[in-house]
Amino acid sequence: MPATQIEGRVFKFGDNVNSDIIIAGRYLIYIDPKELAQHAFEMLGEGFPARLTQYDILVAGRNFGCGSAREQASTAIKGLGIKAVVAASFARTFYRNAINDGLTIVECPELYAAVAEGDRIAIELASGRITHQGGEYAFPQMPDSVRRILELGGLANYLKANLPAGS
Amino acid sequence: MGMTIAEKILASKSGAARVAPGEIVDAYPDVVMSHTATWRSVSVMRRIGATKLYDPERLAIVLDHISPAKTEKYAQDQQTSRNFAREYGIRKFYDVDAGIAHLVLMEHGHIKPGDLIVGTDSHCTIYGALGSLGTGIGYTEVTSVWVTGKLWMKVPTTLRFVLNGQFVIGVSAKDLMLHLIGRLGADGCGYKSAEFYGDALPRMSISERMTMANLAMEMGSKCVFVPPDEKTAEYLRPRLQDPATQYQPVYADADALYEQEIRVDLSQLEPMVACPHQVENTKPITEVVGTRIDQAFLGSCANGKYEDLAVAAQILRGRKVDPRVRLIVTPGSREILLQAMHSGVLQTLVESGALVTNPGCGACAGDGGTMADGEVSLSTANRNFIGRMGSPKSSIYLSSPATLAASAVKGAIADPREFL
Repeated sequence: MPATQIEGRVFKFGDNVNSDIIIAGRYLIYIDPKELAQHAFEMLGEGFPARLTQYDILVAGRNFGCGSAREQASTAIKGLGIKAVVAASFARTFYRNAINDGLTIVECPELYAAVAEGDRIAIELASGRITHQGGEYAFPQMPDSVRRILELGGLANYLKANLPAGS
Repeated sequence: MGMTIAEKILASKSGAARVAPGEIVDAYPDVVMSHTATWRSVSVMRRIGATKLYDPERLAIVLDHISPAKTEKYAQDQQTSRNFAREYGIRKFYDVDAGIAHLVLMEHGHIKPGDLIVGTDSHCTIYGALGSLGTGIGYTEVTSVWVTGKLWMKVPTTLRFVLNGQFVIGVSAKDLMLHLIGRLGADGCGYKSAEFYGDALPRMSISERMTMANLAMEMGSKCVFVPPDEKTAEYLRPRLQDPATQYQPVYADADALYEQEIRVDLSQLEPMVACPHQVENTKPITEVVGTRIDQAFLGSCANGKYEDLAVAAQILRGRKVDPRVRLIVTPGSREILLQAMHSGVLQTLVESGALVTNPGCGACAGDGGTMADGEVSLSTANRNFIGRMGSPKSSIYLSSPATLAASAVKGAIADPREFL
């Protein structure tokens, strides 16, 4: 079960970070979070992904995770030890894959505008609020049915707990 | 209030009389497609201890990315997928010789108008070319659909695109889509459905419609629809394997609610190119003419179809590819390869200097045609993301097959209108 409050330092990306940048196609032979994390964001050049391990939360602009439906994009981010991604908006396949991977994601365009790299933020999942330097930002809650998947740590766990009779 | 096509299909597949945008439904897909990712879904199935499928007849498996296997790891993974298909008696199984999953499934009559198709590939939107709702999902979700038969889906809002007029010579469906992606942006249709209408549609071939429905993913579309017409029926007639197979085309109601209407006069369009490293970074060809290229890739689910190869051959007939350019042609499927053999298109391409590979995803999925530092590739595929075809210091431009062929001859990005 994920924490009800996630707190930490922020790394900030821009708009349209695609899933090829998050994890290149040649690494899709892996599904293990730790193996994938070794190559996460390496397209961004020297220092990646090592730099990201010093941060707790990724903040991004519009359309985070666009492009390929590769589930390993969210798995790689989890493998880096990142606890949540807050974006102005997500691409739909990344949004689904993150929930299915048990990675906390939050849509909050207002926070994106206000936050800078290295800032600390706190995400209160139950109340749908983010606090940052005395400011408060509200975000929409996920539908209950979808939140249950996230709370169980992802779709595989959810499925295991809810297998149809005889399967 | 009436319903859009996406609303009608999601209502029908979730057993509801009607649904509205924003609602979450449990929908039962008609086809669940998995490609080279199949082994990952198999591993999840084992991990959760499931052994039974909801309905093996709904599974379709095509080994298309990295085919045939190029390393031992790929070989092991493909063996896992193959063994799974045998063990469960999956009849819609296609091995490494068949081609790109999307094209193979449509060619073999596995996709019907009104169907709901989910699969491990973002370009599942292509099934909208036949009036079906196709959308991409992750491999764990594929396992979930295998076992439970269903998937939670949010009902999208819909944008209505109206295409009027005729393309000028040298301009095609690819240019139209690059124009739209540039105009609306990479998330301009984000989480939304796109429906295409207009007086231009009855003239557009199924191949062009596939290019449109495929590329619409690059503006974020969840699903895309070209309403079925006589051309759709003609395409499907010889392909529906069981003569008793019936399908019910789904059309929007006249009073369906659209978020926005976007109109395009096709006669005003010119050849377009997407510049590195985002598909939305589009420019009219006149602004990039003369950009040197090292490689030209003609293939992919966007533009590796027979008509795409034939258009390129029309330009390349009697001409030679510039010696500084590697022209790689990857037919989308075995059927396309055979058609190109019979018609002479393949011979024209090879005589011009093209390297022809086996059918499949090829260089678009990083299988061969890897780019070195500083190299420039022109590609008919749907993505030009940094490092997608090799070095992060290489760059990818995207164009139509006609622009690609003209550019391969010139050794630099060229305007196809000079060649036609």
